[in-house]
Amino acid sequence: MTKGFNGKLGWADVTPKAHWINRRGLIAGAGAMMVAGTAGAKIPTVPSAFSTDEAPNTFEEITTYNNFYEFGTAKEDPARNSGAFKPDPWSIEIDGLVDKPGSYDLADILGGVTLEERIYRFRCVEAWSMVIPWVGFELATLLNRVGVQPSAKYVAFETIVRPEEMPGQRRELLEWPYREGLRLDEAMHPLTIMATGLYGEAMPNQNGAPIRLVVPWKYGFKSIKSIVRISLMDRMPPTTWNMLNAREYGFYSNVNPNVDHPRWSQASERRVGGGLFAKRIDTPMFNGYGEQVAGLYTGQDLTKDY
Amino acid sequence: MDVAINTALRRVPPLAIYIVGVMPLAWLVWLLVDGQLGVDPVKRIEHQLGEWALQLLVAGLVIAPLRRYTGINLVRYRRAIGLLAFFYVSLHLATWLVLDIQLRWAEIWADIVKRPYITAGFVAFVAMIPLAVTSNNASIRRLGPKAWQQLHRLTYFAAIAGAVHYLWLVKAWPPEPIIYLILVILLVLTRILPRAAR
Repeated sequence: MTKGFNGKLGWADVTPKAHWINRRGLIAGAGAMMVAGTAGAKIPTVPSAFSTDEAPNTFEEITTYNNFYEFGTAKEDPARNSGAFKPDPWSIEIDGLVDKPGSYDLADILGGVTLEERIYRFRCVEAWSMVIPWVGFELATLLNRVGVQPSAKYVAFETIVRPEEMPGQRRELLEWPYREGLRLDEAMHPLTIMATGLYGEAMPNQNGAPIRLVVPWKYGFKSIKSIVRISLMDRMPPTTWNMLNAREYGFYSNVNPNVDHPRWSQASERRVGGGLFAKRIDTPMFNGYGEQVAGLYTGQDLTKDY
Repeated sequence: MDVAINTALRRVPPLAIYIVGVMPLAWLVWLLVDGQLGVDPVKRIEHQLGEWALQLLVAGLVIAPLRRYTGINLVRYRRAIGLLAFFYVSLHLATWLVLDIQLRWAEIWADIVKRPYITAGFVAFVAMIPLAVTSNNASIRRLGPKAWQQLHRLTYFAAIAGAVHYLWLVKAWPPEPIIYLILVILLVLTRILPRAAR
């Protein structure tokens, strides 16, 4: 189990769930226990200058408080209902305006990248937030590998449809598959990553196993989970929440304290995990990533392009 | 059957409703102390209190049609149920003000005026104030039974506003708020329809 990263890591190499769940117990009794080798097998990553130095939420917080309607609408539903989901084997169909379209095996994709730890703020459109230590790589690396054609302007993503493993998909809550999209320059931005894990562990099912998008300056719903399809397009793709209610959920959905959701304010947020009396914090423009991304929107009226 | 139930109920004083009615709160406090409210206890408390308030409003509305259609008479418990509803709605509002939005008055005021779902919830709360204040025998005497009864029809309005408040705040269309709203509308219709038919 102590082999280095060679791009051939499979799901068999992942620390068994029972072990990471018992981590605290394991650490407490580590001296006496003989399993230290297995429990310590983290996904090797390199640190990133893009990481925030804010304190991350705990693994428990990040994995028990999720919006992933494929597994139900309550925050606890994804952790509760995603046990039967099988993220292995996995492949992503990459099509549209690319030089090398095709079905890419996840192991193959991971063979061509360096995994980084990216500790990002995560701001939900519901006005709560977390800090999450993702494991991932820049989406640009993958897009460059498949060759984006000059006519491509947008990238569309789709979540897997597997109602037999995803109980939420047995209801017409949203129009499945869940769809998201980015403008090409947003997709190519170095902050935009494909995440395959968190806290050095393979991505838990409830957080979008085995691979998801993370766009830290946009509301969380843009960071689509369990991706099976990436399409390069010349026009703006339809996106799930926008299809459901265009007035409330724009295509861009950049975190913006000055543009309220029609039904609630986006001026401030509650950092999940702070307990009963955690202080509400002001939401920064672009979730605090303005220095890096504000330039993408020069000349755009963000009250119209919300 | 209904006679048997009504006879048995004679031994249950309304005080029992108050005692049973605050038990959920005790349970919620226990869950909180025991760390069982998950990683976002504020939302859990807020939503739970609001849902109980709505359930109590529905329970209060059930009593009249229950008597009319089944003969089971729970009218003497209705004051307790209504006051408990107001108790929980007040705690729900207080949770929002203190723990959630944390007395940021500018944002609170903007929410009440601009956010329809908060407007609806706040209006429901305000509508319940005169009901709670007059839920005593002295008020019935002072207002006279007729005026008192008319005033308390505000309950219909409060219940509908409360259910709309719930439906309006969720994303997509989960079943629970839709069910509450349909229930409340049906219960209000049981009042309006017989009157119109007369």
